[in-house]
Amino acid sequence: MQLAPVQIILTVLAVALGAMATRFTPFVLFPEGKQPPQIVTYLGSVLPPVMMGLLVVYCLKDISIQVNPHGLPELISIAFIVFIHLWRKNVLLSIGCGTALHMFLVQAVFVVS
Amino acid sequence: MGDSNQNRFLRALSAAFRHTLPVLAGFLVLGIAYGMLMLDKGYGPQWSVLMSAVAFCGSMQFVAITLLTTAFQPLEALILSLLVNARHLFYGLSMLGKYKGFGKIKGFLIYTLCDETFSIVSSVDPPEGIEPKYFYLSISLLDYLYWVFGTLIGGLLGGLMPFDMKGLDFALTALFVVLFIEQVKNGKNWILGLIGIACALLSRLVFGAENMVLPALAIILITLIAGRKKLCN
Repeated sequence: MQLAPVQIILTVLAVALGAMATRFTPFVLFPEGKQPPQIVTYLGSVLPPVMMGLLVVYCLKDISIQVNPHGLPELISIAFIVFIHLWRKNVLLSIGCGTALHMFLVQAVFVVS
Repeated sequence: MGDSNQNRFLRALSAAFRHTLPVLAGFLVLGIAYGMLMLDKGYGPQWSVLMSAVAFCGSMQFVAITLLTTAFQPLEALILSLLVNARHLFYGLSMLGKYKGFGKIKGFLIYTLCDETFSIVSSVDPPEGIEPKYFYLSISLLDYLYWVFGTLIGGLLGGLMPFDMKGLDFALTALFVVLFIEQVKNGKNWILGLIGIACALLSRLVFGAENMVLPALAIILITLIAGRKKLCN
């Protein structure tokens, strides 16, 4: 079924309000003029690497080890990215080659019908 | 030589562009997929683009398709959006210092602070001679436009895709993997990266793919606060 235009717009606004609340809250709670509590400064400084780890896992969350192709395209591509990145240290090269390899693997090697 | 704001912005834009290329690939593909899916459910590009431009929250927009096709339930939409997007709270905490003193553009930077923009901004320093404010603005603006533009293409094209894009959205996973390496190779950061992976894996295994984010954030918070003394120095 489809919603009426007004209902669609209100739904869009509700989704946006939720997203923006999560984005603006830290900046509203800890405005520029005030020194944030130490624990906040500490969290802000240690969170980036932690969140990158979370994001990597989050991207892979729908993979099932039991079901064919058992996450192999992703595993192989990520291993390749780590290898090529430690070797050449070029962000775009690593991402480009890793993505190309992954496309090749899912389109030509691990074809799931 | 006069160096107008506009010139400084354009220089920052061209410096920032290459850092956003993986997002260009990933957001075009996912944006197109989103536009196509919305069209398939009876929502043309005017609606999908509206959602992308106003709400700008990738994964939640996919969740919201279900909301748009069942019944009018704005409160559910709001609550679900808060839950799915809760990770942004942590991005904001990390950006308090970086986005400080940016004046008028700060609102836009916060409005568009998505996973990908956060990853780049927290990993890449603005090049020498490029104003940080305009560098960060460029990354946010480009990422935002990729998403909205991808949605528009998907909504207009529908099922008429010119080539097989299967697997191209892996560019975003690759981006996160590479920026993860970039962040953990500095000093003792590897232990922090490991905490992120371990907490997320644990949450994924215990709570499943659908519900992993909130528990993962909670476990991360507890771990970081409990290990504060050790992790600080």
